[in-house]
Amino acid sequence: MTAIADTQDALKAAAKDLSFYYGPVQALKSVSLGLAERRATALIGPSGCGKTTFLRCLNRMHDLYPGNRYEGQLLLYPDQINLISPEVDPIAIRMRVGMVFQKPNPFPKSIYENVAYGVRIRGISQRQELDRIVEHALRDAALWPDIKDRLHSPAFNLSGGQQQRLCIARALATGPEMLLFDEPTSALDPTATARIEELVTALKEKVTIVIVTHNMQQAARVSDYTAFMYEGRLIEHDRTAKMFTNPSNSLTEDYVTGRFG
Amino acid sequence: MQRHLDQELAELRAEILRMGTLVEEQIAGSIQALVDRNVDLASRIIERDTQVNRLDVDVDERCIQLLALQAPTARDLRFVTTAMKISTELERMSDLAENICERVIELNEEPQLKPYIDIPRMADWAMRMVRECLDAFVRSDTAMARKVCADDDVVDDWTHQLFRELLSFMIENPGTISRAIRLTFIGKYIERIADHATNISELVIYMVEGKIVRHITPPAS
Repeated sequence: MTAIADTQDALKAAAKDLSFYYGPVQALKSVSLGLAERRATALIGPSGCGKTTFLRCLNRMHDLYPGNRYEGQLLLYPDQINLISPEVDPIAIRMRVGMVFQKPNPFPKSIYENVAYGVRIRGISQRQELDRIVEHALRDAALWPDIKDRLHSPAFNLSGGQQQRLCIARALATGPEMLLFDEPTSALDPTATARIEELVTALKEKVTIVIVTHNMQQAARVSDYTAFMYEGRLIEHDRTAKMFTNPSNSLTEDYVTGRFG
Repeated sequence: MQRHLDQELAELRAEILRMGTLVEEQIAGSIQALVDRNVDLASRIIERDTQVNRLDVDVDERCIQLLALQAPTARDLRFVTTAMKISTELERMSDLAENICERVIELNEEPQLKPYIDIPRMADWAMRMVRECLDAFVRSDTAMARKVCADDDVVDDWTHQLFRELLSFMIENPGTISRAIRLTFIGKYIERIADHATNISELVIYMVEGKIVRHITPPAS
């Protein structure tokens, strides 16, 4: 399987019978889900359905805590490495699969250093090259015009929406193939939310996007595909337009129409 | 979970039905006016069309507000967009009833050309289609909706038959032309009413199944 069924979209990643356990608790139950390359896929479902757990598998965030366990496969294309295999280095994965969190979490450093941080870890230390990458990432994150004259002031001086765009720039700087967004706008006002949504739409041209959101209209606006999860299982995955106008599964229908959850 | 939206959707459904009932009365009245050669009745029906127009606007406003404020999805979304379109179809039916009445008033300036047999039968058939498409809407009954679509062929055949009959009148006696043409128009109006009932039935199939069956004949099952 290298394409999403009934579409021309190539796969960027695919879970195959992926299960995940927090110690004795099973949070993902044999999830099989393909993520289309350079498209945005939204993960929706009620709290505790496993959507964030799934997202965190994609860049091995779960490795930070002991007692967590994966089963099945989570392949990253085109090389088809199994992301959750113990032989795969999580740091290498996080260079390829970046993450943006719910609350903006810039490092207590300057704007410039926030973006340069991951690039330095990659072994790039030449000033000119760093400057170029930082500017490029800040432009892609639509933050450059706001801050180009104060690159070396503290990141905490930025507004919430700007801090979130800085976190996106930081994630972009290492040249990832996939970006994960975990409710990226739940702490932002409507204007900042709209800017982030525009940004997600623009970034799709370059990277594959997976976004977890509780805001249905956001999922409908920004994503090409939507996956509905419930109690650790994938219930339905289809084009977003189909999911919000005529879903196949009655559970999905009840969820997107607000009848439960 | 009982949602506030459910209440609003129920009110929208009730308003469509009010409109449907009024339109059925308009059509029945227009045929009654034809058969009884009743100009007063015809005039009253023409006046009453404004009530249907008002309901059409009300339904539209209600739907636009629902879309803006509630952002309905899936079957709720299909229900609201379908209601909007059904309202347009009903409004056009009422316009056709008005057109029938206009021809009735003109026809009454001359003696009756012939006994009206086929036209009332055709109209009964079309009115049953209207009633049934609205029933299909209320009950989300796609079997009924598909039956209405199939019934449309009968009205089409009747229209052709009526035209051939009236044509023979006109060939035989040019003095009948103005009346025969007006009756041909009335036949055409009834045929259009049946078409609108068919459109509503196709919309109901979309609302229930999420499948667009318009512009495909016969509607896929």
